[in-house]
Amino acid sequence: MTASVGVITFPGSLDDSDSQRALEAAGVTAVSLWHGSDSLAGVDAVLVPGGFSYGDYLRCGAIARFAPLMAEVVAAANRGMPVIGICNGFQILCESHLLPGALTRNESLHYVCRDQWLRIDNSRTAWTSDYRAGQEILIPVKHGEGRYVADESTLNELESDGRVVVRYLGENPNGSFRDIAGICNEAGNVVGLMPHPEHAIDPLTGAPSIDGQGFFTSVLTALVGSGNMR
Amino acid sequence: MTVDTVDAANVTPGTEQPYAELGLKPDEYQRIREILDRRPTSSELAMYSVMWSEHCSYKSSKVHLRQFGEKAPASDALLVGIGENAGVVDIGDGWAVTFKVESHNHPSYVEPHQGAATGVGGIVRDIISMGARPLAVMDPLRFGEPSDADTHRVVRGVVSGIGGYGNCLGLPNIGGETVFDPCYQGNPLVNALCVGAMKHDDIHLASAKGLGNLVVLYGARTGGDGIGGVSVLASETFEADGPAKRPSVQVGDPFMEKLLIECTLEVLHAGLVEGIQDLGGAGISCATSELASNGDGGMHVWLDRVPLRDATLSPEEILMSESQERMCAVVTPEHIDGFLAICEKWDVEAIVIGEVTEGGRLTVDWNGERIVDVPPRSVAHDGPVYERPLSRPDYMDGLQSAGTAGLPRPEQAAEIGNTLMKLIGSANLADKGWITDQYDRYVRGNTVLAQPEDSGMIRIDEVTGRGVALATDCNGRYAKLDPYLGAQLAFAEAYRNVAVTGAVPLAVTNCLNFGSPEDPGVMWQFAEAVRGLADGCQQLGTPVTGGNVSFYNSTGNVAIHPTPVVGVLGVIDDVARRTPVAWQEDGEVIYLLGDTWDEFDGSEWAHVLHGHLGGNPPKVDLERERLLAEVLVAGSRDGMISAAHDVSDGGVAVALVEMALLADIGARTWIPDGADPFVHLFSESAGRAVVVLPRSEEQRFTAMCGARRLPAVRIGAVDSGLGADHGHDGSQVLAVDRVYGDTVVVPLAELRAVRSDVLSGLFSD
Repeated sequence: MTASVGVITFPGSLDDSDSQRALEAAGVTAVSLWHGSDSLAGVDAVLVPGGFSYGDYLRCGAIARFAPLMAEVVAAANRGMPVIGICNGFQILCESHLLPGALTRNESLHYVCRDQWLRIDNSRTAWTSDYRAGQEILIPVKHGEGRYVADESTLNELESDGRVVVRYLGENPNGSFRDIAGICNEAGNVVGLMPHPEHAIDPLTGAPSIDGQGFFTSVLTALVGSGNMR
Repeated sequence: MTVDTVDAANVTPGTEQPYAELGLKPDEYQRIREILDRRPTSSELAMYSVMWSEHCSYKSSKVHLRQFGEKAPASDALLVGIGENAGVVDIGDGWAVTFKVESHNHPSYVEPHQGAATGVGGIVRDIISMGARPLAVMDPLRFGEPSDADTHRVVRGVVSGIGGYGNCLGLPNIGGETVFDPCYQGNPLVNALCVGAMKHDDIHLASAKGLGNLVVLYGARTGGDGIGGVSVLASETFEADGPAKRPSVQVGDPFMEKLLIECTLEVLHAGLVEGIQDLGGAGISCATSELASNGDGGMHVWLDRVPLRDATLSPEEILMSESQERMCAVVTPEHIDGFLAICEKWDVEAIVIGEVTEGGRLTVDWNGERIVDVPPRSVAHDGPVYERPLSRPDYMDGLQSAGTAGLPRPEQAAEIGNTLMKLIGSANLADKGWITDQYDRYVRGNTVLAQPEDSGMIRIDEVTGRGVALATDCNGRYAKLDPYLGAQLAFAEAYRNVAVTGAVPLAVTNCLNFGSPEDPGVMWQFAEAVRGLADGCQQLGTPVTGGNVSFYNSTGNVAIHPTPVVGVLGVIDDVARRTPVAWQEDGEVIYLLGDTWDEFDGSEWAHVLHGHLGGNPPKVDLERERLLAEVLVAGSRDGMISAAHDVSDGGVAVALVEMALLADIGARTWIPDGADPFVHLFSESAGRAVVVLPRSEEQRFTAMCGARRLPAVRIGAVDSGLGADHGHDGSQVLAVDRVYGDTVVVPLAELRAVRSDVLSGLFSD
């Protein structure tokens, strides 16, 4: 028995094949999904990858959110399907209102690519259950608009509900409020984060760690454990 | 709008034409009239003027560049040589790799962000048009004095342009160079390299064959960008108070380019394309004339079908427009529907603008009227060729006799320490992270090595681990002192940088940046550099597969240092065997390979400490370079080497600092017996590398060096516990013993502090 995770390709998606490689390495079947389709092709979970969908014109994720497939993703997420958005994917999930808040231009005004230490604050989500709460991991960030912002009450609610999933350690790379690197929805099935776990699965070609693997093995655990597979 | 037609040209032979304003010389104009046996139409004049410009026709450089072909060593690896959009080499396992470097110097001075961005875009399209998937980019950059306010403008714009375009395209930036020198103040050099890979069967060439086949223009709409940019921007020197002749620089749209990549690869893999060509300099003029000239017939184009961003453009402007993100493909009628469907899937606008015809003419109609009727070869390939006068400049004798022998040198340990700090804190040797952290180096998941490693390395085959390494190098100061040797030193350094990582050097590309070819002294520099590079490549068996020439890099009468940037590509059977710069663990032993001579002319030390340039560059011994490379590759393949680093700018001292900082582990090193401490630490003799060996491999490795007669001297050991011995308990330190009877000890934290914030201090807000 195996689980399948769909990886969406929008025009301008860049880390889609990398995400598929990471899923396959974790023992998950990766399925390519096209933005213009209206079918999730029977997948058990969805990964919205990084990149510059539609060139990030207008506003990051603002156009991708209207892709036909995103309507299916939103409906499935609301039914409890595990969904993760990485970088541009996180921006798209925020624009789709699956997650609160927004990602704005880095405080430095520069794109930043570097290996970043993070702390897992919530290990109960569908995508982080293979980590320990408090675990420190090294994963690359690479973005120009990754500064997480939300109003005070949203931030307080995220904190009190334990919905901050990952936080930046050390120097905050983008000026995110409260060092937030990733969050989840109330149910914990939808996660968005700016860092790229798919680039930390093999020290030969990514960050000098394999700390990103947990995101992909977690969803396998979640799907196999719940029997939520088709 | 009245349009000048072929019919009109026939009946009005005496019409005055602005050929001079378009950059054509009187005799060139006369030749066009002879080719056509009438005056050209204004559209024809536009086409010839851009295609016969220096930038497109290589008219001043051609006679010299021939040597790259004539002296090319026999190589089974070369699948496609000079003359196509980019050369292609066989790397094994059925893979072919294509790579090329190009300049975008002048536009990047006028508008740094867009100039640099479209430089990346242009070279990427060259790679796509060979049928390859682009895999990575690199950027050799040269800027003026770092503290100059204008340098601030140019650096920030160029870096944001490269990053903004390359990051959005999804291509990792894996290396390049950043060099500052006042000679580039008014002429920054922005060179861009792209490497791509394909299976052998997927190689495509730019030719229009097959009567009745259709010519499709696809990608972005055509606008007024860079009209005349090629001939004007690339051929005019920047004069402080000359006429304002600076038309709009092209504007890039990396999102469209990303769609073009995916769309093009999909139509190629579906077998729907007969010939393909990118549109860059000289736009439609170039693409149609080159496709037709390389084909076997003629071509007819309905120019009024070209989708426009600006409906007021004249046919002449449409022919000359350099709007970015456009491609041209030749497609059979039975495949056209499939081709257009894939374009539609990717939201890429595509339209049939012409067809392959009989008769060997390139004809263009505008609303039913014939505006161009020319032999395509006369536009694309039979442009003027000049044997420009050349002569060794009078200043050369004085320059070469003013060596560094009389410059004061450090004579005690403390002065050595200060010299090291000044060097590593200088803009050229400082940490380049402020620049490279603005580039995505991870995307595509195949980046094995990226800056600040000696080469960029990418995995090509995920199953076998086969990959390629690429390095670009050039020390313009050496080339100024001796262009022949300077070009060979650039080649030797890039060759060495590839070998240091464990890859076997295979092929060469180049970007030859020089002043005005109309200056006999510059032309001499150019001829010498080309001869030096061609001789070097012949000797080491690495063919030049292509490249680019950028002339007119001068302000007033002052040219830049001759800057022949050389890119070397190497292949490695298994990227898991790559050798990094950082040493790995305590107890490893540090060796210096090669001979160190007292060579400081043109060095970083002379530049930074004394602002001096004179004398003769370091000796070149290409056989030694070959031997060193063989030893480095064998050491990597057999698992003997844990780290290695090229010794070049700043010498052994700077190499050791870089290795220690990347490892974040200290080391104890010393001056070898009989060596002068200053010369050992800072000389820039070529043909050298620092290698680091696990103790268990020391004997085997040194035996190999001995058997092959490569000098190898032990100069240190990795030691993480050294801090306590020197009053820096708990800190990692780099120590150098036997420096004029003393020990120089510097904590790594101090070294890092001196070089980490130099560029951000200069160029952040």
